[in-house]
Amino acid sequence: MSVLAGADLRLDAGPIDYALLVIYFAVVLGIGVMARRSVSSSLDFLLSGRSLPAWVTGLAFISANLGALELMGMTANGAQYGMATVHYYWIGAIPAMVFLGLVMMPFYYGSKVRSVPEFMRRRFGKPAHLVNAISFAVAQILIAGINLFALAVIIDALLGWPLPVSIVVAALVVLAYTTLGGLSAAIYNEVLQFFVIVAALAPITIIGLIKVGGWQGLVQKVTDQEQLSAWPATGLTGIDNPFWSVIGLVFGLGFVLSFGYWTTNFAEVQRAMSAKSMSAAKRTPIIGAYPKALIPAVIVVPGIIAAVIVPEMAKLKSGDTSSGVAYNNVLPLLMRDLLPNGILGVAITGLLASFMAGVAANVSSFNTVFTYDLWQDYIKKDRPDEYYLRVGRLATVGACVLAIGTAFIAAALGGSNIMDYIQALFSFFNAPLFATFIVGMFWKRMTPTAGWVGLLAGTLTAMFIYAISEPSFGIKWLELPGQGASFLGAGLAFVVDVVLSVVVSLVTRPKPDSELVGLVYSLTPKADRSHSTTGEDAGWYRSPALLGGGVLALTTVLYIIFG
Amino acid sequence: MRLFDLRLIIAFLFGVYGVVLVVLGFGFTSDDDLKKAEGVNINLWAGIAMVVLSAAFAAWATLRPQFADADKQPLKEL
Repeated sequence: MSVLAGADLRLDAGPIDYALLVIYFAVVLGIGVMARRSVSSSLDFLLSGRSLPAWVTGLAFISANLGALELMGMTANGAQYGMATVHYYWIGAIPAMVFLGLVMMPFYYGSKVRSVPEFMRRRFGKPAHLVNAISFAVAQILIAGINLFALAVIIDALLGWPLPVSIVVAALVVLAYTTLGGLSAAIYNEVLQFFVIVAALAPITIIGLIKVGGWQGLVQKVTDQEQLSAWPATGLTGIDNPFWSVIGLVFGLGFVLSFGYWTTNFAEVQRAMSAKSMSAAKRTPIIGAYPKALIPAVIVVPGIIAAVIVPEMAKLKSGDTSSGVAYNNVLPLLMRDLLPNGILGVAITGLLASFMAGVAANVSSFNTVFTYDLWQDYIKKDRPDEYYLRVGRLATVGACVLAIGTAFIAAALGGSNIMDYIQALFSFFNAPLFATFIVGMFWKRMTPTAGWVGLLAGTLTAMFIYAISEPSFGIKWLELPGQGASFLGAGLAFVVDVVLSVVVSLVTRPKPDSELVGLVYSLTPKADRSHSTTGEDAGWYRSPALLGGGVLALTTVLYIIFG
Repeated sequence: MRLFDLRLIIAFLFGVYGVVLVVLGFGFTSDDDLKKAEGVNINLWAGIAMVVLSAAFAAWATLRPQFADADKQPLKEL
């Protein structure tokens, strides 16, 4: 059965498609080689020398998130749940991105820390730092492996290369450009990839829409009309009561999960930290929010279209699984049915590019945390900078080798379930991390002990909820299909973390104020939190607050029209 | 750290892609290709869009060079 499904997905790629693919990879490697010339210190290699303009870091911010899980997962969600999928882009991302830019970036960028764990160390000391640095490093290697595996699966399906070969080849390409050019090469390629992805998805969407007879045609042909409205998304959350479903979405996804992910995940925040000024750093996530708000048009809509026009997908949707396709196959099926050679090559390139950028984001954030937060802080202190540049390069090689290992583990465990598992795993860490950060940034009384206790308790809470709701564990005290369980787990983890942080802080000793300047709101002079408004930061259109308000307004309008 | 201008790379890649697709669209589009894409010559249109994107990035990079800005700035403020 699975062999048959593989054969169905095989695309009819011709020489011209391969040529376009080869051109792209030549450019990707060329960027690595050229970026190498401007790397002369560890900060250049691991943080792009804090020199990049906001439009570059902003697009990279979005691209780093536009990897395999995102692209396959969200088109699949579009086919399965319909319009409700837009919540992941709108309420589940935009407010958090604006918050990161306006409220948190002043501390991240202003304190000149080189990573999110380093902020943790300065604010809460070593125990919290070590927990954060190690869990982040491990998670990045696991996710890099999953991304590599997903990439290999798609190469296998589209082009027929064996799985081990495509895992190793993909890892080598990522390794080549990130070891040479460091974060700059990763970020430049992420921006390039953003445009290639759009160039791949837009034609699929346009032809798909023509085929169903335009937007009106699509609206008429969708069998389950409830899937055309985003609210109350009971299918997505697994919560039958519409009221609680909306509450779950707004607080679980919109607040805790999304703020946790976007504001504390170093693979994202690193892009903003590499910006060339405070103003550019604040604008990074906000500039990224605009494409984030609009991109469901070429990700969610094709999913909905596929459920109507791809025969296998329509069958699957009516409960007939005999064709052997899964919702994850939406994009390859649409490419097979709609794209002639030429643009097909661009689409294949876009998919592969997206998957590789995901791996590169994992690797390039791993090597920074490994070099600065683990090696420099705990193993070899006070060496000259060239030493850490070398460690950074070696960490990149190590990360790629380890990711090949975790990719084979993912392959052995077999596919899609692990992705859900890793996403749950990630939510264990992000929701409590956000709680600890937000209390620590605004309450100077919060103590180092409260820092690690809250984090640990929050994580354990999320794990507990996962354990009692995951059907395969057999405990089943809670029955929440869909995403409901992770919304609830993240929400409770947040609450437990905040409450414990406050209680523990009241009975333990805080850090002296002098050590918290630049890290806590009330102790940071306004001048240190503001950005310059002259030179390349001048002009009303570069105001972070105005841009942030603009994208919130845009999102509201989109909800009114399509919600 | 003075990194090369990414806008020129974007212009280059989409310039090449655009020209290839436009040539395909004009000269090598079969009836089967057209049928697949619902009668739209998608290679041609996508190619044209890419050439426009390429031109836009090239123009931006030419009109606002990456490093000249910083050098000119003090003059503007005077």
